[in-house]
Amino acid sequence: MPVTRFTKDHEWVRQEGEFAVVGITDYAQQQLGDVVYVELPEIGRRVEPGKEAAVVESAKAASEVYAPVSGEVVAVNDAIIGDPAKVNADAMGEGWFLKLRLADPKELDGLMDKAAYDAFVAEQH
Amino acid sequence: MSGSAEAAPLRHTPLYDLHRSLGARLVAFAGYEMPVQYPSGIIAEHLHTRAKAGLFDVSHMGQIRLHGAGAAHAMEGLVPGDLQGLMPRHMRYTLLLNEAGGILDDLIATRVEDGVMLVVNAARKEADLAHITAHLDRAVAVEPRFERALLALQGPLAAAVLARLAGGVAKGVEQMAFMSAARATIAGAPCWVSRSGYTGEDGFELSMEAADAGGVAEALLREPEVAPIGLGARDTLRLEAGLCLYGHDIDETTTPVEAGLAWTIARNRRAAADFPGAATILRQLAERPSRKRVGIRPDGRAPAREGTPILDPAGNPVGRVTSGGFGPSVGAPVAMGYVDAAHATAGNALALVVRDVPRPAHVAPLPFVATRYYRPHP
Repeated sequence: MPVTRFTKDHEWVRQEGEFAVVGITDYAQQQLGDVVYVELPEIGRRVEPGKEAAVVESAKAASEVYAPVSGEVVAVNDAIIGDPAKVNADAMGEGWFLKLRLADPKELDGLMDKAAYDAFVAEQH
Repeated sequence: MSGSAEAAPLRHTPLYDLHRSLGARLVAFAGYEMPVQYPSGIIAEHLHTRAKAGLFDVSHMGQIRLHGAGAAHAMEGLVPGDLQGLMPRHMRYTLLLNEAGGILDDLIATRVEDGVMLVVNAARKEADLAHITAHLDRAVAVEPRFERALLALQGPLAAAVLARLAGGVAKGVEQMAFMSAARATIAGAPCWVSRSGYTGEDGFELSMEAADAGGVAEALLREPEVAPIGLGARDTLRLEAGLCLYGHDIDETTTPVEAGLAWTIARNRRAAADFPGAATILRQLAERPSRKRVGIRPDGRAPAREGTPILDPAGNPVGRVTSGGFGPSVGAPVAMGYVDAAHATAGNALALVVRDVPRPAHVAPLPFVATRYYRPHP
């Protein structure tokens, strides 16, 4: 069972061995509304936690997507460049943003699990 | 994604409870808590309005009634439009100007038998009221009607929907010409109906007592063609239609000539040169302004938002975006902004600096989407 962790900035990160897939949460896509554009990093770029890794733009505004953990970008989801609405339709699945080679898998332990994230989101209201 | 703290408590329009019951996401706008979108979202709401009929609550806008036979003449002292030449129950888009020719607000003025009615921007209504009251002759009584409700029904099916519900208009609301107005009864409520709007589509604006607004809105929403539309789609619709948003595309630092609104300066008013800022504006008309508002199409997919720097292809700064985003009917990003006159020709190549990267774009004709105002054949 792959481990999925969450950030306070509403990104998710799912570990797959030495790699991890990153996206924005369903709550984030709901708050953004219609996603009309995404900008993804180049392959090979090193990202750091809390630093911009991608950009997502809704009909209203542009937002940064932060890297939840350190790593090197090994893949990006070209499908959401052609069809940004996939981020709204399936934020936790087909709407993924990028795949990292983890610098240190232990960094995931510092992030929220699903129960903690759900409680965090509930507090936002 | 954190909400900003507001100093003053936000005001509500008469439709606030209805917005909440419809699941609207409410945001602060011009001192009001207003629906930015409903659950269907901005793109679906935008496309619905272009295909069928959208209902907008614009009760936050300011309605002002000028009483007196001399009202049109007096008001001409503040705007460059020909108001005295308007037939009763006909309306005109015009501009409140300062002495430098800068734009204090844009508004719609409607001539009525015993005066003039104005609809002004929400964020400007108190300032406009003070300005108008201070400058008009005492023979003209200025009556703010800020408590009245204003709804907009916009889209190609708006006329058919309204005809079903409206009574009291001699030839029927569907025969009213664009920029004309009439009294009507809608769902039992007395309304002032004008064929106008802010979407580029055919449509109507309905002014009524606050107490009647809920009933009229609910009656309209019961019609199968009608969906509620928030301010988010109102903004994308007006941007595609090439219409200015006050405080963004026009303000006190822009003149009507720079803004591409010279068509609002009536021929007889140019000859008389008797409107505020006439010297500056007439000189710009004769000599061409140094900068112009233009439409801009980014060549790529990245939207360029308000404030985006505009460069020429050599990398020299030539202007700034004043409105921009994704155009749902265009299916691509669209923007408006001011550029130096030498770069203002349609097709001219530009670059837009989004997140520090210059991205190719070009000047495009406005509107981005053909307008469909109703002009009956005589």
